[in-house]
Amino acid sequence: MDALYFLQHYWWALVSLLGALLVFLLFVQGLQGLIFNVASSQQEKDHVVKYAGHKWEITFTTLVTFGGAAFASFPLFYSTSFGGAYWLWIAILFCFVIQAVSFEFRNDAGNILGAKTYETFLFINGALGTFLLGVAVATLFSGGAFTVNKGAITDVSAPVISQWTNGWHGLDALANPFNLLLGVVVFAAARTLGLLYLCTKEDIGDFKEKCQKRVYITSIIFVVTFVAFVLWLMLRSGLSVDPATGIISEEPYKYLHNMIQVWPLAAIFLIGVVLVLLGLGRHFLGKGLSKNFYIVGGGTVLAVFALLLCAGFNNTSFFPSTIDIQDSLTLYNASSSLFTLKVMAIVSIAIPFVIAYIVWAWRKLR
Amino acid sequence: MYENLVELSRWQFAVTAMYHWLFVPLTLGLGFIIAFMETKYYRTGDEFWKRTTKFWMKLFAINFAVGIATGIILEFEFGTNWSNYSWFVGDIFGAPLAIEGIFAFFMESTFFAIMYFGWEKVSKKAHLVSTWLTAIGTNLSALWILTANAWMQYPVGMAFNPETARNEMVDFWSILLSPVAINKFLHAVTNGYVLAAVVVIAVSAWFILKQREQELARKSIKVASIFGLASLIVLIGTGDGSAYNVAKVQPMKLAAMEGLYDGQEGAPLVAFGILNPDKEILEEEGEEEDPYLFDISFPKVLSFLATRDFNGFVPGVNDIIEGGYEFTDMEGNTYIEPSFEVKKEMGSKAVNALASFQTAKESGNQAAMDSARAVLDENFKYFGYHYVEEAEDLVPNVPLVFYAFHIMVTLGMFFIVLFIAFWILERKNLLEKKKFRWVLWIGIISVPLVYICSQSGWIVAEVGRQPWTIQNLLTTNASVSGVGSGNVLTTLILFIVLFTTMLIAELSIMFKQIKKGA
Repeated sequence: MDALYFLQHYWWALVSLLGALLVFLLFVQGLQGLIFNVASSQQEKDHVVKYAGHKWEITFTTLVTFGGAAFASFPLFYSTSFGGAYWLWIAILFCFVIQAVSFEFRNDAGNILGAKTYETFLFINGALGTFLLGVAVATLFSGGAFTVNKGAITDVSAPVISQWTNGWHGLDALANPFNLLLGVVVFAAARTLGLLYLCTKEDIGDFKEKCQKRVYITSIIFVVTFVAFVLWLMLRSGLSVDPATGIISEEPYKYLHNMIQVWPLAAIFLIGVVLVLLGLGRHFLGKGLSKNFYIVGGGTVLAVFALLLCAGFNNTSFFPSTIDIQDSLTLYNASSSLFTLKVMAIVSIAIPFVIAYIVWAWRKLR
Repeated sequence: MYENLVELSRWQFAVTAMYHWLFVPLTLGLGFIIAFMETKYYRTGDEFWKRTTKFWMKLFAINFAVGIATGIILEFEFGTNWSNYSWFVGDIFGAPLAIEGIFAFFMESTFFAIMYFGWEKVSKKAHLVSTWLTAIGTNLSALWILTANAWMQYPVGMAFNPETARNEMVDFWSILLSPVAINKFLHAVTNGYVLAAVVVIAVSAWFILKQREQELARKSIKVASIFGLASLIVLIGTGDGSAYNVAKVQPMKLAAMEGLYDGQEGAPLVAFGILNPDKEILEEEGEEEDPYLFDISFPKVLSFLATRDFNGFVPGVNDIIEGGYEFTDMEGNTYIEPSFEVKKEMGSKAVNALASFQTAKESGNQAAMDSARAVLDENFKYFGYHYVEEAEDLVPNVPLVFYAFHIMVTLGMFFIVLFIAFWILERKNLLEKKKFRWVLWIGIISVPLVYICSQSGWIVAEVGRQPWTIQNLLTTNASVSGVGSGNVLTTLILFIVLFTTMLIAELSIMFKQIKKGA
């Protein structure tokens, strides 16, 4: 195994881990989604805003770092997906930009728009932001209508390397039911985690009971849609790349094959699923409310991590082109150079240290 | 249509960057000012310092949120609007952004949360450390993004790979430690410190005028004027360094900054000037218009700034287009500068060689690949000139760069006087005296001035960089995503509405907060 091959996989794993942590941290968005229909009184809204407000920056920074890491390690993905699925990413950006100011501005005197508007911003971020991120992640499996021609740079009149071939520029991702399904899964997962997070709190009074009950419906939607998505994924075909020639071909049950052929993926995935079900089962039995959030959250991280690894490992195209499969992106044709990946690998040694101080801060601001 | 797309994409990026830079510099400087103040509190236990720290911290927090909001858009716009750029140089450019995320963003956001919400939840010492780490984190993120920006102006530490049609990193340290990067980092962050110092002085001056929060105001003025003055010295020093670097790596930018069309030995520095709108590049001999309608200049100073020799030759716009003069570059190589035609020819050779390389690769012709590669390597230095149609496209917007540069320098000099005046008046207990009320007012009106100064600096750096995104290697035209100008126009309008609303809300909250006092 040569160094480049290893580092391409190492960086895909790190990007996947960031993605998985991001999905877990979307519990903040899940909390924000409660602001209108679950939190009915002013006091309940304040609880939601307070607990989301102490943690939102970690989620936000994870999203930013996910973007930065994807740029640094797989720049062709960055330019193809972001520059192609323009509207999808811009919509996600909008959902997050309006969040960033809302926590601070909501209660400040002179905020012009009024508290209600900032609450609406938080709600949009919580509901639409999670859904759209799910849709965007689903395109790693379902692909996009793009072509890539690295030689295009020599054409002065139109030197564009990656082209989206339709005028919808990413809105077309919303017309694919597979993508929409993952959007719903991520939305329901975030909401379930948000509710479970509030169930760990002692100082929110009757609101806790309300959240406890809400978990029942939300988590059932989460589990059902999640199972449906995974079944769909396992049954669909994927694109397989020959690492020696770079030639890409369609393979039925590609993702199922990945899980079987690279058994640790299946193991991580199953442990994740078991943890999610365990945490939810305990909740339904009314047991250990202070810990279920962490059990379900940990399970979510593992399950999402395994699914994202499944998108790129085992010689799979992690961003298929629906126009010409040979233009599909793989870990081999989209990555940075060996040197850059090495530099970044050295940098990544700092990650455990970063996680350690985040955990410290998390516990202090519980 | 394509020109429209490029123009609109530029506008979108410029608007985002300029709004971003309205919020970021204040946090860069205010972070340290707060940290000084909390250190005072930690050492003395005096509740006054805690109250003062908390007051400025609130203003920090309001800015911080909008800085984050505009920052994420900038990062993603490299992909959404400059996708070609992202592939062509992503191998180098992406790394600093990722490192910024891993090292700096988590640091600032995590410790900001402790600093802002954690007064009762962590020990006094842990809180102080968090405040310092927030300040350091914000400055660290500036380090990485400015390193990336410096690399666009002075691309080093990379090699072009024709197999992947992109530039690839070969030397990380030469990118991080390039003299342009170091100078740019120091210049930009000290600019933030000066800006924050002016804001602190202005708010304090207002308190004194209103006869409120006198102690907080006076002590804040003391901290801010010393901090501002010290930072300004570094700012001016690195400003000089910038001019020297620009002369070496982007002589066209320097020519535009000074409105210098025809180069000369012992070139003067224009202190104040009005450009002649009839001046054009490459005028017929004997029919040259004077570049200025009016100017006051310091003889030979520009030559000294650019070459460290009062009689050194500084090329003007026309010289750079026509070539033929002796030029010493950043690495110390001296050569006769080629003309635009020669550079364009070399650029075209390089681009065509890349095309032949790829054709040869497809047919598996190793010999043809090798020979194409040799031509490419030989001419790569001017790769981007292939995309520059006319000589005049090589010249950035001279009036914009010229006036922005002179506004920046003039205001920078004014702030020296401002800081010294406030420092002395505070020491001599004269700030509350009626006859010095006008000084307080000057302090207040300095706030818009310092923002104009700061934005002008970026206009010089980035408009002066045109037509390049990567100096000599990639033009702005060739960097853009193919998304269609209608899409970009729509998002541009949406962003402008969003940012302007955020700015108005932010200012309104800041004013209310200041009125409320500590």
